[in-house]
Amino acid sequence: MLETSAAFKENATGAMADASLQKALARAKPQFAKKRQSAVEKLPEFEALREIAKNIKNHTIQNLDFYLETYAANVEKAGGTVHWCATAEDARQAVLKICRSKNAKTVTKGKSMVTEEIALNDFLEVHGVTPVETDLGEYILQLRHEPPSHIIGPAFHLNREDWEDTFRKSHLDLPLDRIFHERRDILTEARTKLREKFLAADIGITGANFLIAETGTSVIVTNEGNGDLTQTLPKTHVVVTTIEKVVPTIEDTLSLLRVLARSATGQDMSVYTTFSTGAARPGDSDGPADYHVVLLDNGRSGMVGTDFQDMLRCIRCAACMNHCPVYGAVGGHAYGSTYPGPMGAVLTPMLVGIENAGHLPNASTFCGKCESVCPVKIPLPNLMRHWREREFERHLQPPTMRYGLAFWAMFAKRPALYRLATRAAALALGFAGRKTGKFTKLPLAGGWTEGRDFPAPEGDTFFARFAAAQKAKK
Amino acid sequence: MTRDAIIGAIQRGLKRGPLPPDQKAMLTARLAAHARHLIPARGNLDRAGRISLFSEYVEREFGTVARLASLADVPGAITSYLARQNLAPALVASPHPDLQKIPFDTAPLLKIRFGLCSPTDAVSLQHAFAGIAETGTLVLPSGPKTPTSNNLLPDNAIVVLQADRILPCYEDAFDLLRAAESPKSRGKAKSAEQNFMPRNIMLVTGPSRSADIEQTLELGAHGPRRLHVLIIDGET
Repeated sequence: MLETSAAFKENATGAMADASLQKALARAKPQFAKKRQSAVEKLPEFEALREIAKNIKNHTIQNLDFYLETYAANVEKAGGTVHWCATAEDARQAVLKICRSKNAKTVTKGKSMVTEEIALNDFLEVHGVTPVETDLGEYILQLRHEPPSHIIGPAFHLNREDWEDTFRKSHLDLPLDRIFHERRDILTEARTKLREKFLAADIGITGANFLIAETGTSVIVTNEGNGDLTQTLPKTHVVVTTIEKVVPTIEDTLSLLRVLARSATGQDMSVYTTFSTGAARPGDSDGPADYHVVLLDNGRSGMVGTDFQDMLRCIRCAACMNHCPVYGAVGGHAYGSTYPGPMGAVLTPMLVGIENAGHLPNASTFCGKCESVCPVKIPLPNLMRHWREREFERHLQPPTMRYGLAFWAMFAKRPALYRLATRAAALALGFAGRKTGKFTKLPLAGGWTEGRDFPAPEGDTFFARFAAAQKAKK
Repeated sequence: MTRDAIIGAIQRGLKRGPLPPDQKAMLTARLAAHARHLIPARGNLDRAGRISLFSEYVEREFGTVARLASLADVPGAITSYLARQNLAPALVASPHPDLQKIPFDTAPLLKIRFGLCSPTDAVSLQHAFAGIAETGTLVLPSGPKTPTSNNLLPDNAIVVLQADRILPCYEDAFDLLRAAESPKSRGKAKSAEQNFMPRNIMLVTGPSRSADIEQTLELGAHGPRRLHVLIIDGET
């Protein structure tokens, strides 16, 4: 997709003024958190399983070379082909080569964030192959030429009116004045349209939630069944995935599955969890004749051994964005990157460079909710802080911010001076604002007072009051 | 070669070269042991408890369940189910030996075809390898006798499941798969390295759904809109 992370501030301002987006956010946000909470409460072992999930992923990353080679060897033993790709371009070319070798005209696609990351659809279209997204949310976004705004609910930002309008404009063979009585009618129309596509497709492309080293298996998780039709009906199945998805054994995978759906949608288990190992076997009456894995790095190997290694544990459940106050205020598009929310704020600078995505790790209040709900316990606020440090070290922020920070640091490093200065400021502000109790304008704080009043301090600073209280106790 | 470059970059990050043989042996042993982790206690019940928990979870996920004494009751149960759903009495059944044992001649009005579903078939009958009490999940491996398309294409999926195969957790089902495909049970020389995994295994929990339109759940997105499980209680 087109990366516009550099414009995060402008994007965010626009998003907050977008009434339709705000309606969608207000509807969906609380639901995600409530559903997760209820699923977690019903499983007493959930906290223990999070720790296990974290350890499985850590063990895998510590031995990632071994497990990747074992995985690839087992894919080939099962009759599949592995295409190792260093960059997004390598992966696009690998997919195109498979399409060309099969003389493919159309490919159906299961939902895959990695294919978003490498902008596969646009590339295939330019080269004469028509990609068809089959996840309902991805399908409407393809019709609208929009990127997903959420990693598991891609059309999260749309309202019912948007669906009806887009379908009327896109399905021109149907009567224009047809009525969508309920959401069900929208779904049925999409199902009918996509059935034709499934049956006509030459190749099916899916992502993978997990790759199992032990057996050379790819695992996808869906609720619609579109991923399954995509990988069952066409003659060729191509899995486009990345190196950190590998897990040692089936048992390891099952433990991760126990935290995935609960963290994502609040289901105990998604409707379809499907394990694919190679192509159709002798005697099978269905299934693809060819099975390919496009195994992409795209910067991930460079995260091993760095401050950002923990990010490789991510299983893409979206719990962090579902619980993020910043995501909840601006939605996913404002981030301007394939991956939004807290996990995106950590991953995007890795993919496109901190110089292009410096706003993202700063778009956090560090409330810590993301880390507290992460099923693999990624310390997301800490990782965002690492990016802020790097940004500072590389002098990427504007001078006013750097000087401001240096000025503040001068006080912060000298506690006595800090207390004296804040006490003086608090008393002065308290005196100046004693009549109204607030400021509508304040020098150097225009950014604050533009949107809301600044409350005048009442009484002394916390430090001074705490010290006084301690003294009074004695 | 790209593969060597990626592996090399990972090893540089880990600040080591290729794994020494003893460590490699430890990891190979970990794979061979494929040990279980913590299993949630809730599926760990006696037979009756597993059946009732499984049924409860299938129904919570918008599936339906009927308990039958034996395979002989299947034709009648299907006939009345299809009538209740206002569906024509016709179905495509997977050519699994258990399903072929069903005395369909006792329901002469029911039209049966054994084989692979086409996109226009409305009802399928599938055989389940196992059911998982933990979450009300069906385990459906692919094979010549149990094609995957039959789980997906029709609007209505009916699945036959032996009560004895309702297991506490997913791991139990994979253990059975490993055992069923191991060289010993086949009685023929098969490399120990050969993969026991069928091409495809679907773990199915309820009928297909989507919440992509305004986060509101609608059933029957691309897969079946209805999922009906026939639990065969009788000893097998």
